[in-house]
Amino acid sequence: MRILGLWILLLCSIPSIAQNCSYTLSGKVIDSHDDTPLVGATIIVAGLEKAVQTDLNGSYSIKGLCEDSYSFQVSHPNCITKGFTLTISGDTNRNFRLEHHLEELNEITLEGRAYEKQTETVRENRIREDELERYSNKSLGDVLNTISGVSSLNTGNTVVKPLINGLHSSRVVIINNGVRMEDQEWGAEHAPNLDINTAGSISVIKGANALQYSGDAVGGVVISEDSKTPLLDSLYGKTILSAASNGRGSSITSQLTKSYENGWYSTIQGTLKRFGDFEAPDYVLSNTGIFERNASLRLGYNQIDYGLEGYYSLFKNEIGILRASHLGGAADQVRAINSDRPLIIEDFTYSIDAPKQDVTHQLARVKGFKKFEGLGRLDVQYDFQQNKRLEFDIRRGDDSDKASLDLTLNTHTLLVDLDTELFESIDFQTGVMGRYKENIANPNTGVRRLIPDYEQYQAGIYGIASYSLQENWLFEVGGRFDYTFMDVFKFYRTSFWEERNYDELFPALVIEELDNQLLTNPQLTYNNFSGTVGTSYSFGDDYRLLLNYSLASRAPNPSELFSEGLHHSASRIELGDLRFNSEVAHKVSATFQRDHDTFSFAVNPYVNTIEDFIIIEPIDIQQTVRGNFQVWEYRQTQAQLVGVDFDAQYAFAPNFQWNNQFSLVKGYDRTRDEPLINMPPISLKNEVVYQNTELNNLRLSLQSDYAFRQNEFPDNNFEVFLPTTETNEVVDVSTPPDAYHLLHFRSSMDFDINMLSVLNVGLQIDNIFNTEYRNYLNRLRYYADDLGRNISIQLKLNY
Amino acid sequence: MKRLKLVTSIFVLSLFFVACSSDDDTPEPVNEEEVITTMTVTLTPDGGGTPIILQTRDLDGDGPDAPVVTVSDNLTTGQSYSGTITFLNETEDPAENITLEVEEESNEHQIFYTVGTGLDVTLVATNNDDNGNPLGTQFDLEAGAVSSGLLTFTLRHEPMKPNSGLGDAGGETDIEATFTVEVE
Repeated sequence: MRILGLWILLLCSIPSIAQNCSYTLSGKVIDSHDDTPLVGATIIVAGLEKAVQTDLNGSYSIKGLCEDSYSFQVSHPNCITKGFTLTISGDTNRNFRLEHHLEELNEITLEGRAYEKQTETVRENRIREDELERYSNKSLGDVLNTISGVSSLNTGNTVVKPLINGLHSSRVVIINNGVRMEDQEWGAEHAPNLDINTAGSISVIKGANALQYSGDAVGGVVISEDSKTPLLDSLYGKTILSAASNGRGSSITSQLTKSYENGWYSTIQGTLKRFGDFEAPDYVLSNTGIFERNASLRLGYNQIDYGLEGYYSLFKNEIGILRASHLGGAADQVRAINSDRPLIIEDFTYSIDAPKQDVTHQLARVKGFKKFEGLGRLDVQYDFQQNKRLEFDIRRGDDSDKASLDLTLNTHTLLVDLDTELFESIDFQTGVMGRYKENIANPNTGVRRLIPDYEQYQAGIYGIASYSLQENWLFEVGGRFDYTFMDVFKFYRTSFWEERNYDELFPALVIEELDNQLLTNPQLTYNNFSGTVGTSYSFGDDYRLLLNYSLASRAPNPSELFSEGLHHSASRIELGDLRFNSEVAHKVSATFQRDHDTFSFAVNPYVNTIEDFIIIEPIDIQQTVRGNFQVWEYRQTQAQLVGVDFDAQYAFAPNFQWNNQFSLVKGYDRTRDEPLINMPPISLKNEVVYQNTELNNLRLSLQSDYAFRQNEFPDNNFEVFLPTTETNEVVDVSTPPDAYHLLHFRSSMDFDINMLSVLNVGLQIDNIFNTEYRNYLNRLRYYADDLGRNISIQLKLNY
Repeated sequence: MKRLKLVTSIFVLSLFFVACSSDDDTPEPVNEEEVITTMTVTLTPDGGGTPIILQTRDLDGDGPDAPVVTVSDNLTTGQSYSGTITFLNETEDPAENITLEVEEESNEHQIFYTVGTGLDVTLVATNNDDNGNPLGTQFDLEAGAVSSGLLTFTLRHEPMKPNSGLGDAGGETDIEATFTVEVE
């Protein structure tokens, strides 16, 4: 019907004789449901053969219009094309509203509101698909780095762990397609097993506010959502091909979606990424290559009041760890740190040798929903994940090809959520969760298990209510309870068991005594309460004030509880403690923000006070036959993190925009009155973007990235005796590297291939001046410089 | 109603998945294969006599107990000794002789001798790797004047070969043991 109407409009519009033809029509194309600007919408002026596209902010402008009546056809890939008629009599500002298909059909797609609106009273940062596509050959951590207040803890440049407001690993929960990732995320050198090319958008909530997912996200929650499938007969897809000079590698990702008006849909997607050794400005970073292979498949059926979807994804990643970072002990550490260059530099190669990681993550999920009259919407989801992690060390003899760490983690989760419509003015959502986890450590590694065999049972229940008082006031309150039971089989060294007095504290746990080891069976129970309360107040046309308190409670992870021995990749002995209790965080955050066409900003200060914060820090030097090693022990303390995140966007001239980000966080151990280790230094980012929709959607951007020096850090230096010089040498593992400034350039243009296909060509230069720098949050900063200049090109074809 | 049944059956199906966890027996122990618990240096006087034994032994590997270091006797001034070094992993039963692996992968290993100030002894490796570079599990020791000091043995894995000593050898330290030695 609409198409017919459009044709009538098109036929009726008769080009008229020009009187004054210098008028400009400008405005935005907006999603009529949630008022978000639509990027890349096309506006065709009937009769003039003129077409423009909306820019990043959804803005367009059409010049050279006469005093006349015109017909416009406005279209967007995900929307129903619409026609408008407008009489021009001077420069006109007009916003076009489109029915965003997916939003319109929100009620009947599986991605309900539960995954749309995570929280109302905490600022949610969202990375949209076009930005994600620019990072197609990078990792999740790299793309999250673009958000203020989010940095990353790196091991080299391929293991990138998101760090939210100074916290990471077990304190950051990652939700992939509605599934909580269970991928040995406790490890600081374990990258998230998620292909960003599967995501339609990624959002970050800096706190434990997304209670429907978890109550233990002391740092925050990262939510990756798939792009939605329209409910109409269509076949579309995209392919992104990119090649980069640094690492001499390339990646290809492709996605194809078929949907039917009767409700069936399916998407198939795959990514292949291969890079060789990356390079610092002056040398090759030997053994830092990466080989990643991912595939996913989705099949679903949607109707107005029910729907069903199945999803499967396979993620396989092989990552080389800088060869020069593998050390034999404290004396080697002195040599490595004192040398300006890595001690091992070889010629460039694509092959990945030990030390390396090889991780395979599989995720299968079925979910369905049903709407009940008068009750609301019920969602049921079951997912199964299998994470297989192999870590290879440099070993001797027959063992050299054998993994030193071989863990399989199986997780089954069942979720039932109910989004009620019981009350008129209160939005109430509730649900229950059941989870079973099983960790299997392969004994054939010939290396004592870093993480023991265990089974874990979890049950959770939550409720979140939000109440709108008038138009501009909103209150939100939520609570969650989680029960965790762990049944563990752990071999302890007898000497460690006795040194810790465990033989007196827990004699009942021992079930078997071997030569110099004990088999124990700890059974641990944790009860965790979490909650959130907050308010949101809107005023003026575009101002909003958010205030929130959240309580997060996290049970200790297996590494914190059970570590006892040499951690090869860290070249240190790590000791956990069986007696730990849950860590409890109280976070108060406020946000003052303005969303406006020309000048937008958000200021977000916060204080996070954490009781029984579990940190690992050096306590001693231990002598072994292999040499001396630093001993790091986990302990619990009172911690406090205080910080502020700031964002601003200013459209200072037509087609130009300036983006600014500033993040500051200070972390302290209140018991010892000293700074916390690995706190991100102050970061300042500025970007100038030029975008011209009339010139093939040309986009140019120059980004400046300034990282200050971290001046607050604990002194963890230690002394080691060197027989060669017969001196005690200080091993400086504490002093942060100097501040650095990097410049990046990005550009892209669109070319129409035919009516349906658009080719986007991008050129990108990172670290333009090939600056030598080291990043405080890179665990390999002791051994090598960070990445040098990288020139990459990207071709994206939408069809 | 049919649809509701479908949803319900998925629910039930998933409960089944959750329920079918297997309760295995207790896991089997892992004995560290790579750990070197014991290094023994045997110095046999040329022309016969009781060998002198320098030993470091750490039966709990990376565990909290420190290695036990023993030196059986003092060296005799002017005496030549032929030395051998053995590495054992005594966490396994029977103990694994790691010297064999080191000698098998001789190109990837080298033992370095560091003589501390004051001590008047000289050590020279007498066995080589497959490329003719020194390996050092066998050596000659020449005891000089009456003196005392530290004597350190370092086993490096994947050193640069040839090299001029520990300073430019690189690689990783597999073992490093220091003994207090007297020449009388």
